[in-house]
Amino acid sequence: MNIHFERHLNILDFTLSSLLRRKGKNFSLLTMYLLVIFMLASLVFFVTALKREAAILLRDAPDMVVQRLVAGRQDLVPAQYAESIASIRGVNGVRPRLWGYYYDGLNGANYTIVADDYMASSPENAVIGNAIARSRNMVAGDLLPLISYDKAPLMLQIRSILPSESDLMAADLIVITSEDFRTLFKFPAGLATDLAVDVGNPKELATVASKIAQQFPDSRPILKSEILRTYQAIFDWRGGMVVIILASALLSFVIFAWDKATGLSAEERKEIGILKSIGWSTSDVLLLKFWEGVVISLTAFLLGVVLAYGHVFFLSAPLFSQALKGWSVIYPEFRLSPNVDGYQLAVLFFLTVVPYTAATVIPCWRAATTDPDSAMRS
Amino acid sequence: MIELSSVTKTFNSGKPNQFTAVDNVSLTIEPQKVTVLKGPSGSGKTSLLTVIGCMARPTSGRIFLRGIEAALKYQQESGGLVEITSLPESFLNDIRRVTFGFIFQQFNLIKGISVLENVMLPAYPSGESRNGIRCRALELLEMFSITRHAGQRVELLSGGEQQRVAIARALINNPSIIIADEPTAHLDSKLSYEFMDIVEKLKNAGKTIIIASHDPIVFDAALTDMLIEMRDGSIVENRSRS
Repeated sequence: MNIHFERHLNILDFTLSSLLRRKGKNFSLLTMYLLVIFMLASLVFFVTALKREAAILLRDAPDMVVQRLVAGRQDLVPAQYAESIASIRGVNGVRPRLWGYYYDGLNGANYTIVADDYMASSPENAVIGNAIARSRNMVAGDLLPLISYDKAPLMLQIRSILPSESDLMAADLIVITSEDFRTLFKFPAGLATDLAVDVGNPKELATVASKIAQQFPDSRPILKSEILRTYQAIFDWRGGMVVIILASALLSFVIFAWDKATGLSAEERKEIGILKSIGWSTSDVLLLKFWEGVVISLTAFLLGVVLAYGHVFFLSAPLFSQALKGWSVIYPEFRLSPNVDGYQLAVLFFLTVVPYTAATVIPCWRAATTDPDSAMRS
Repeated sequence: MIELSSVTKTFNSGKPNQFTAVDNVSLTIEPQKVTVLKGPSGSGKTSLLTVIGCMARPTSGRIFLRGIEAALKYQQESGGLVEITSLPESFLNDIRRVTFGFIFQQFNLIKGISVLENVMLPAYPSGESRNGIRCRALELLEMFSITRHAGQRVELLSGGEQQRVAIARALINNPSIIIADEPTAHLDSKLSYEFMDIVEKLKNAGKTIIIASHDPIVFDAALTDMLIEMRDGSIVENRSRS
């Protein structure tokens, strides 16, 4: 076998014995390190997966949504806007949408009510989100009572429950017919909440949007990409909040690791002197310290990442889900599809493993470069 | 052969607590002989040994090695002499590992690891396979009758056993020069005689042995070829017995 490889192997072997000599100290350090990596990796995995999930769910969203603004606030859109927009070149179709929010006093939660005659199929039928069914302990066929604007009850039979995979967007959703929607909210005829616009050529989206804005100065066209960007910003912001909460733990770890790594004890200094006196060179001693740093930090990194993967993708991140994916009192419950961002993992690696290893090697430099006699005396 | 020419070792140079441990020592140490440095504590024996064994550089003066294969590849002067005092640190590491085997007064074994691993340690950076090193280490443990302690943590051994581990460690790279600093300081007289038996074996094996001691068992021993008496950093007597 190659002489250099054998040298590394021999020194690595001694590194492991050396680490085992201080089991308690090294194990506590490894545990702390692992915990920090686990938390950070969980956060990275979770936010990345949420953003990806949102992108997948928005794939079927309309290319553009047109809202009407009055005094800067969203107002209802007259149906004739749809006809005019449909006549703009490049527009494939325009669909008036009816949606709104309903406060459920029983649950203390807000539901999103959407009218879709195809999904709800017939009046007094509803399709509901998984989280509503869960929170109200309902199954398909049960009756869901809602109170309309005039306090009259509207009994809806649950036709089906949306799968938990769509929870990110549809946890609090109730789909009913447009007729029931207008009854529930006394929604005026000839008006819609907004318009869903489909454009054949994605390159023409901006042009179509500017034409709509020109034709209807009180309108606000919102592109699908803008909605996606908003979602991503929300998840990034929430992720950032969690990082700030974790910051104190991170800082404690950094101080602890720095103290451990840089605090070369008299015993360690003497050991370096002994190693040099029996023929180890400065580079051999630094290699030993390098391996010590790598073994601790890489083990913590790999274990932390694997545990974070399991936590996020198999257990649905119970530690973060409340903070990151909830909207109100109704929390979506879904399993994220495994998705790892290599770039972010690499950043995590370079921000944890590399500094720790460097902090282990650098303080030994001085002891390793002095002559063995002085190192043993110090 | 080792030649010292006007070697001085001063600690804390230029400070109020400056101290000259070795003062202008010139000396020739013959190969395959036992040389004993005798003198009271603080006479400069240990400092002289550390300078000879490349563990510290002299403040002034020069040290030459003759006929030492490991040293020859670096620098050569007329007559096969190699001046080691001017060699860079990386070369001194090689010489320390291959040419010298050091036995310390306090043994300086690494605590927490096994006897076997302590003996193997000096050979690790050589890049030799672990099996080869292990076999050699076991042979040495066998030679010093401590094989049964191979797997034990070194600090659990008695003083005499620890010293034998230190000797085995000093021999693992088969050095030609063995340096021992007060080797019997922590031993009773029985173990001290046992140590001298080991020294005799090493001498018969062709090793050059340099011992610093103020123990009569060592400096009065018949196998001592050269007795050098030191006082206040200087040589006061240099007697050859062979």
